[in-house]
Amino acid sequence: MSIYADAKYSEVPVETKQALFDEVKADMRYEHQLYGCYECGICVAACPSARFYDFSPRVFAQVMAREDVDTFYELLNDSVWDCSQCFSCTRCPRQNNPGAVITIMREVAVNHGLQSAKEALKSYSRIIYKIMSTGTQVAPDMLQPDFFPDWGPDVKQVSENLDVWRRCVPPETMHTTELAWDVSEKTRLELYMIWKLTGNLEMIEKIDEGIFMILEEVMEELLEENGYDIDDFENLLEEDEE
Amino acid sequence: MQQTSADKVFNPPTLSSREFKRDNPPPTEDYREKLFELEKAGELEVQRVPEPYVELETKYGRIKKIPYQMTWHHKSCGQCGHIPGYSTAIFWLNRKLGFDYHDPRDQTSCTAWNYYASSTSNSAAQAGIAVRNFSQAKIDGYFPVIHCGTSYGHYKETREQLLHYPVLRRQVRKIMDRLKMPFVFPEEIVHYSEWVHAMRDRIAEMQVLDLSNVTVTVHPACHYHKLVVEDAVYDRDLFDGQRTAVISGLVEALGARVGDYSTWHDCCGFGFRHILVSRDFSRSFATTRKIERMKEEVNPDVTLTHDTGCVTTLDKSQFAAQAHKRNVGIPVMSDAQFAALAMGAHPYIVCQLHWHGVDMKPLLEKMGIDHKKAWAEFEVQAERIKAGEIEYISWEEADA
Ligand code: SF4
Ligand code: SF4
Repeated sequence: MSIYADAKYSEVPVETKQALFDEVKADMRYEHQLYGCYECGICVAACPSARFYDFSPRVFAQVMAREDVDTFYELLNDSVWDCSQCFSCTRCPRQNNPGAVITIMREVAVNHGLQSAKEALKSYSRIIYKIMSTGTQVAPDMLQPDFFPDWGPDVKQVSENLDVWRRCVPPETMHTTELAWDVSEKTRLELYMIWKLTGNLEMIEKIDEGIFMILEEVMEELLEENGYDIDDFENLLEEDEE
Repeated sequence: MQQTSADKVFNPPTLSSREFKRDNPPPTEDYREKLFELEKAGELEVQRVPEPYVELETKYGRIKKIPYQMTWHHKSCGQCGHIPGYSTAIFWLNRKLGFDYHDPRDQTSCTAWNYYASSTSNSAAQAGIAVRNFSQAKIDGYFPVIHCGTSYGHYKETREQLLHYPVLRRQVRKIMDRLKMPFVFPEEIVHYSEWVHAMRDRIAEMQVLDLSNVTVTVHPACHYHKLVVEDAVYDRDLFDGQRTAVISGLVEALGARVGDYSTWHDCCGFGFRHILVSRDFSRSFATTRKIERMKEEVNPDVTLTHDTGCVTTLDKSQFAAQAHKRNVGIPVMSDAQFAALAMGAHPYIVCQLHWHGVDMKPLLEKMGIDHKKAWAEFEVQAERIKAGEIEYISWEEADA
């Protein structure tokens, strides 16, 4: 039972919550991230997200250690996306790493296509497309006033002068506008093969089908053009499980 | 003078009487030993730090090797994409010091910004990406130096996982076999700010500006010194060996003043996901916990940091904060840009300061840089590009 009197998600079967919890716990990294908790709150004092959200790394450590699957489910839906992933909480005197437990929880949320994860990542999807297809996450052409209206007039200036200003940057690899630097085609394809081999495209499909379809079409055409057989790059993690 | 009972009870050591001493062995295992064991067992190949190298002390007293040259520059997407003077300054320093370096096209991002923002990946993919980059560096014949604090942090995390989980090593081996590449891991994971720290005396020898009237605050990157603390560089002569020495060591060597402030240890508020789609958090944290504290307690001329996300968040958050009449207005740049300026680098052609948000002009004036003349020179080059006279500004022009 949840520790909270006003607990949410009572309609979700406990088996569902338990299965998700078990998946987090089964991750190979988990046992090295949680060693029990003093409730000292050092992690909370160091945590930036705790200052602005109803969020606490201590609660994560406590709930996970107690195996309270109801509150776990609530954190999984309503709290994990508030974390800044800064790892200031590694100051923990028990050598816990609440931020890393949260990374695993997010991975499980994405793998199961939870609605809360979809919402948290809604306006973020185009970045996933950028990184997976080009090998660089943010690019100069993302500096647009409508995307960063709060960053001031410099963003507008950069976007208006983008092409010329990029060519005013001396390193030859950086005369790009759509990529942060000029990643060779061979290297981009190798990156895409790593995504394929590790089952990441299935993950993207669960979180944003539209992005998945565009990504697959664009990259697989490129692979074919370069003489690769896409069937050579099936998910090898599944193979590993067998 | 007679001692009171209060003196006997409460008698903390003063800073000048405290002596830095390490009496315990490091609390962590030595990752190098583990890497060499795996190499012996034929599981992977360890790329050695090329000689000659500088030896620096890390958090628990172990020695870390920092190469002078033959470096493979693992670039950062946020730096190259949005703060291009950051990466350019690192390359410019290498050129000025006369070092051989490689700026590869066969490098991908570490993809960790995405991973910490969205978790749309897994350990096998992340380790595969790290090892593909490292193997490529070995193939190219250069040793990796990492520009981004998050890449550095994530690669340290990946190393821990590779050392401890045989299943992950098996998966990475399979990936590398499919890519027809070797499984290589470097002996040290080196951040460029460690290289700058190691070179600080050489940089100071070539300094052309007097910075004795410049006050600096330092923001250390979380993923540099909190995420796998083992590798971070400490120096017993700086902060009593209690805080990382990078950036501050450089500022001291250049003769500027380092101002301390109470939230030194705090994060910048970047948040990975937040900076892109939930910036109200990043802005609030950066301005109220970092910039305003620095302003009130030190009122520095500039704040220096050594990571992509920190420069971005601390700099860009200040614009909107003005609307709320917050006490902001501190220029932000990297240690590499600051070092390059001190050595006479062009503020716009090399350091590309026009990509930053906060007004840099008062700082440049204090540093003795004629920013009007410099901007006019930049514009001449931009006009030549527009007119089709030249395709881009070459290194030869930037080096001049
Ligand atoms: S990693 Fe998350 S939980 Fe830990 S201190 Fe940072 S924001 Fe808080
Ligand atoms: S710092 Fe560690 S022991 Fe203290 S409350 Fe946080 S997780 Fe628990």
